[in-house]
Amino acid sequence: MLKTSLMANSFSWNLWRDLHEMLQYSFMRNAFMAGTIIAIVAGIVGYFVVIRRLSFAAHALSHVGFAGAAGAVLAGISPIWGLLVFTSGGGLAMAALGKKAAARDVQIGTVLAFMLGLGVLFISLYKGYATEAYSILFGEVLGVSSGDVVLTLVVAILIIVAVAILYRRLIFASLDEDVAEAKGVSMLGMSIAFMLLIAVATSIAVQVVGILLIFALMVTPAATAQRLARSPSEGILISILIALLSTWIGLFISFFIPYPVSFFIVSIVFLIYLVTRLIQTLMIKRSMTVSNNLA
Amino acid sequence: MKPTKEIVVAKNLSAGYKEKLIWSKANFSVKPGEFIGLLGPNGAGKTTLFLMLLGLIKPVSGQIKIMGKVPSQGNPKIGYIPQRRLQDSESRLVALEYVRLAASGTAWGFSLPKKTVLERQQALEVLKRVDGLDLADRPLSELSGGEIQRVFLAQALVSKPDLLLLDEPLANMDLRRSTELIRLIHTIAKEDQIGVILIAHDINPLLPVIDRIIYIANGHVATGKLDAIVNGETLSKLYNAPIEVLKDSKGRVAVLGVEEAVHHA
Repeated sequence: MLKTSLMANSFSWNLWRDLHEMLQYSFMRNAFMAGTIIAIVAGIVGYFVVIRRLSFAAHALSHVGFAGAAGAVLAGISPIWGLLVFTSGGGLAMAALGKKAAARDVQIGTVLAFMLGLGVLFISLYKGYATEAYSILFGEVLGVSSGDVVLTLVVAILIIVAVAILYRRLIFASLDEDVAEAKGVSMLGMSIAFMLLIAVATSIAVQVVGILLIFALMVTPAATAQRLARSPSEGILISILIALLSTWIGLFISFFIPYPVSFFIVSIVFLIYLVTRLIQTLMIKRSMTVSNNLA
Repeated sequence: MKPTKEIVVAKNLSAGYKEKLIWSKANFSVKPGEFIGLLGPNGAGKTTLFLMLLGLIKPVSGQIKIMGKVPSQGNPKIGYIPQRRLQDSESRLVALEYVRLAASGTAWGFSLPKKTVLERQQALEVLKRVDGLDLADRPLSELSGGEIQRVFLAQALVSKPDLLLLDEPLANMDLRRSTELIRLIHTIAKEDQIGVILIAHDINPLLPVIDRIIYIANGHVATGKLDAIVNGETLSKLYNAPIEVLKDSKGRVAVLGVEEAVHHA
């Protein structure tokens, strides 16, 4: 398949030539377009996931999506529809049970495991290729068609418009729940809106990193951003930047080294997170010795 | 001089559920510039009273009016500091952003650049009033307990309220810092003629500024001047158990017997 054809590409230190060669292939162009759109959306939605402390709920939602995607494959329709329906349903259920429910990790974990099991059943009932399951679990951005790119773009625009409309209320409700509620921001309304946003964002992000690695784009870049940003808008920008950079570099490397793109993306975001933590720890130590010397 | 109209009036107010009341028959009022201490043991329903004033829960019976109206959610004339909020130790969001949000966070969409500048100015002005100009650009997660409470106070003041509801702002603060914060709140409340209701565990930091007390215990609510409420006789009746109140030469107060009374109730 695609993988074997990639083996032939050799990396030269002329980056311009390399890029040119890579973008000659339509599947690489599609991958870059889909990856770029998804990185932006995941960067934005991911920041809210992190400040609302809902990363486990987001992770669980993607597993609910796995059952949906596998069911869709079994029914002979595109997995994206199964993903959208199941994650939205799961998201609405979590929002209806309240924010405290979304923080109950044992219950969420139980449902998550069941959904994964359901997905396994659907996959085994499906008599087609096992690659379908593999691409849902780990992503297959190199297999994205131009039709997928258009659908991704439309969904992404919807998400961005929704976030833009909700922006201040969503930030207020996420950072300062009690005061926001007293000031008249509906917690249930925000919760429902946001869970739907995660559901839809997860559904499209699965194309790039797959269900099991959804953290790579929805949480890790935002978690790094949270450690650096001094305002919410700064946080969202940094989060988008990390997600974009990791996706681009990941795609670029995978063109020359025939390993899964999602592995490279996950490694890059992880590396950025580690380096940020390390530098911050060193800076704190240094400022402590400085103040000790002054004292 | 403008007439001193009551900010809050409560008549025969009860809270809880039809089957089980948390407390009942509360009668009190708050006038502009007045400083009210809201006291009582844990779980007595002090925060419940705040939620009622904020329009987040409805009374079981009786009447409550704020500026002559039934409480409704989102009243900009109320400034509210909830009890200890979780601070994300990883977050580096600065104090100014939190104050800004309290003024602009209920709007839809996002702030355009021009509006952002205005919001920042407004937030800085309020921070200045609480002696917190130097806190504006510091991450909230790095501030001390007293500094955080000053930021929260700025947040509560940013919508120019007539009523401040402060839920245990003195928790985890030593007596000196508590006294400083109380003085600050008192000064601002007097200048702007804001009515203040403050929930406290220890009454001593409030002694220099307090006008009246609302004491909730054992399902009952007592209101009045400090001496009329915080004495052995009244508190023993309220708790339905022997309570002793001791006073030292500087006027500091110790209430003894509450723990036992609450456990036996």
